Amino acid sequence: MRHTITVLVENKFGVLARISSLFSARGFNIESLSVGETIDPTISRMTLVTSGDDQIIEQVIKQLRRLIDVIKVSDLSDMEYVEREMVLLKVSADSQNRAEILRICDIFRGKIIDVSPKTLTLEVTGVQDKISAMIGLLKPMGIIEIARTGKVAMSRAKK
Amino acid sequence: MTGSQIFLESLLKEGVQHIFGFPGASILGIYDLLLDCPIKHILVRHEQGAIHAADGYARAIGKPGVCLVTSGPGATNIVTGLANAYMDSIPVVAFTGQVPTSMIGNDAFQEADIVGITRSITKYNYLVRDVKDLSRIIREAFHIASTGRPGPVLVDLPKDVLLDKCDLCFPEKVEIRGYKPTYKGHPRQVSAAAKLINEAKRPVVYAGGGVIISGASDELTNLVNKGHIPVTSTLMGLGGISSLNPYFLGMMGMHGTKYANLAITECDLLIAVGSRFDDRVTGRLDKFAPKATYIHIDIDPTAISKNIRVHVPIVGDAKDILASLVKEIEPVDRSQWLERIEGWKKESPLEYKFSRDVIKPQYVVEQIYEITKDRPTVIATEVGQHQMWVAHYYKFTIPRSLITSGGLGTMGFGFPAAIGAQVARPDALVIDVAGDGSFQMVSQELATAVQHNLPVKVIILNNQYLGMVRQWQDLFMKKRYSGTCMECAPDFVKLAEAYGAVGLRAERPEEVRGVIEEAISNNKPVLVDVRVAREENVLPMVPAGAGIEEMMLP
Ligand SMILES: Cc1ncc(C[n+]2csc(CCOP(=O)(O)OP(=O)(O)O)c2C)c(N)n1
Ligand SMILES: [Mg+2]
Repeated sequence: MRHTITVLVENKFGVLARISSLFSARGFNIESLSVGETIDPTISRMTLVTSGDDQIIEQVIKQLRRLIDVIKVSDLSDMEYVEREMVLLKVSADSQNRAEILRICDIFRGKIIDVSPKTLTLEVTGVQDKISAMIGLLKPMGIIEIARTGKVAMSRAKK
Repeated sequence: MTGSQIFLESLLKEGVQHIFGFPGASILGIYDLLLDCPIKHILVRHEQGAIHAADGYARAIGKPGVCLVTSGPGATNIVTGLANAYMDSIPVVAFTGQVPTSMIGNDAFQEADIVGITRSITKYNYLVRDVKDLSRIIREAFHIASTGRPGPVLVDLPKDVLLDKCDLCFPEKVEIRGYKPTYKGHPRQVSAAAKLINEAKRPVVYAGGGVIISGASDELTNLVNKGHIPVTSTLMGLGGISSLNPYFLGMMGMHGTKYANLAITECDLLIAVGSRFDDRVTGRLDKFAPKATYIHIDIDPTAISKNIRVHVPIVGDAKDILASLVKEIEPVDRSQWLERIEGWKKESPLEYKFSRDVIKPQYVVEQIYEITKDRPTVIATEVGQHQMWVAHYYKFTIPRSLITSGGLGTMGFGFPAAIGAQVARPDALVIDVAGDGSFQMVSQELATAVQHNLPVKVIILNNQYLGMVRQWQDLFMKKRYSGTCMECAPDFVKLAEAYGAVGLRAERPEEVRGVIEEAISNNKPVLVDVRVAREENVLPMVPAGAGIEEMMLP
C-alpha cells in the first residue's frame, strides 16, 4: 500500500543523502520526496511517498527514526490529512488547440504562466489524482516538458 | 588553541588513554602534540590494524576505542574495520585527516570522501567544517558511539580546521534532539512477557551479543536459574551466560549444538535477548522455532520484527528489562522439558575423534581452555573453522572473554583486536586463536606487539587451508578445492623471530600442552604454529538454506 510519511530533520548538509541512502541500502522504494525549511530554520520537513506491505512500512519508519538527524516521523496514512502537488507543464499549442488547452487549464483551476507562439506553460496545484487526470487530457496535445514537485502533506487540524 | 590542541584536550576530557593510529601529512599537527600528551599512541603497521585494535579494546572493556589515521588511503584503509564494528555494535570513534576545506571535492592529493563512503557502515559520521564545532562534535561522537545500541562514529578533520584557532568550550551536556535511546522497558510489555514465561511449558532463552554489551549477565543468569529455563547463545553471546551453567545448551545456529537447535525447534516460547535473528543463526526462517511464541528484548527498535514477527517486543536495555522480568516470573517446574533436552544431549553430544597421530584442532582448543581456565583470559579469534572450534570447545564463563568478528566475519580481525584487548587489559592473558589464512592478512602487526611490549599470544591452528571454505567445497562442491590451498606460507616460527617475537611449533599431539604452557609462561609476544589435521571439518553443521534441526553430525 502507498504511504505518505512526513519527516522532520535537522537542516544540515548530508541529511538528504542519509535518508536516500537508507532507502537504497535497504531496498525500500521512494515514489516522491519533497523537502523544505520549516518556520524553525534549523529544521527541514520532508514529505515522502513510499509503498510496501505493513512490515516494510514499519521498518521504513523505524529505520528513519533511528537516524540521528531525524527528529520526528509521522505516517499520515494513519490519520486524516491534506495533500497537494504542483506541476508545471509546457504544452505545444497551435491555433487549433490553443483554446482547448486554455479550457482544460481553466477546468483544473490552473494558471498560464508563460506564453510563446508555439507553446503554453501551465501551473496546476492539486491532489495527485487531479494532476494525473489533467496530464492525461493534455497528453494528446503534446507535452514538451513537465516538472512535478512531489507531494507535500500535513495532517488535518482536529475539529 | 589550535584545532589540534582542541582535539587532544577534548579526548582527554573524554577520558581517552590510548589511541591506535598511523600518521600522515594531514594530521601532522596532532602527531606533534602527541609527543607531549599523556594519551598513549600505539603505532600500528596498517590502518586496518588500528581500527581493529580500537575495536578489540572496546570489546575488552566496554569503553570506546579510538583510532586516528590520515586522509585518503589512511581513511579508506579503515573501512573494513568500521563495517566490522558496525555489524557487531562496538563503540569506536575513528578520526580521519582530510584535505583543507577549500580543496574538498577537487580530487586533491590524498582526498577521499570518507564521510560519503562510510555513511552506511557507521552509526553516525561528521565532517568538521569549523574549528568552533570541533569539541562539541567530539563530545557528541563519543556519546553516540557508546549509548543506545553502540556503534562506530567517524569524525573527518580537514587540515585547515586543525590549524585554525578558537577557545576550547567543551560542552558538559550533549543535546541531540533526534537521538534519545530508550533504556527502560515498557512495564506493560514486561508483564506480558512474564505472563508468557510463567505459562510456557517449553521456553528457551536465545541470548545474543546485546547481553554482553548491556552488562546483563547476572540478570540473565538469575532469570534462567529462577525460571529453570534452558538457554542457548549466539557466537556473539558466548560468555554472556557461563558455559558451565547447567541450563546452558551451548551455541545455536549453523554450527550450534544439535540439542540447542532441537530445543529451539521444539520450544513453545522463544525469549530472544539482545539478538537480531541473523541468518547464520536462524537458518531457514519458516523452520525456526515454528511452534513458539516470541518475546524479543532489544535496545534497537529496528532489530525487532525485522526478519521475524514478534509477539511481545520490549524495546530497552536488556539489563533493566531482565531485572524487572526476574521479579515477575515464577519458579515453574520444567523438569520434563529439561529431561527431554538432556536426552538429546546424550544422543548427540558435541564431540570429535581424538587422535594420537595427528593433532586435532578441537583438542588444541580444549587444551588452551584447560591451561587458562583459572586465570583472567581473553580469547580472540580470526574467522574460519578455528573460530567455530573455539566457540565449541573453549568454555567461556564471563562476559568480554571472547573477542570475535560475528556479523561481518572479518579475517584478520583477531590479531589486531587482541593487541587492542591487551592494551585495555594489561592484567589479562590475551590469546588470538588464529587460522593460517587469516593470520597472513595481518602478520605485520607482530611488529606492533613487539614495539609496544604487548605479550599477546597467537596460536595458529595451521591446516594450510582456507579451511572453512575448503569445508564447503568438500561438502557441497565435490571436493574441488579451488583457491583454498595455502601450502605456500612462511615459516611462522621464523617469521615471529624475524619480528623479534618468540616462535614455537607443535607437530605431535603430545607436544601441544607443553608448547602452549611454554608460550603462556613467556612474557613476550609469542606465535605458536600448531600443525593440525588438515581436512578436519566443523560439525555439527546446518547446510545453508536448511532448517536448523537438519544438521550434519560428526
Ligand atoms: C576478509 C575475508 N575474506 C574472505 C573471507 C571468506 N572466508 C571465510 S573463512 C575463510 C578461511 C579462513 O582460513 P583460515 O584463517 O586459515 O581459517 P581456517 O578456516 O582454516 O581455520 C575465508 C577465506 C572472510 N571471512 N574474510
Ligand atoms: Mg587454515
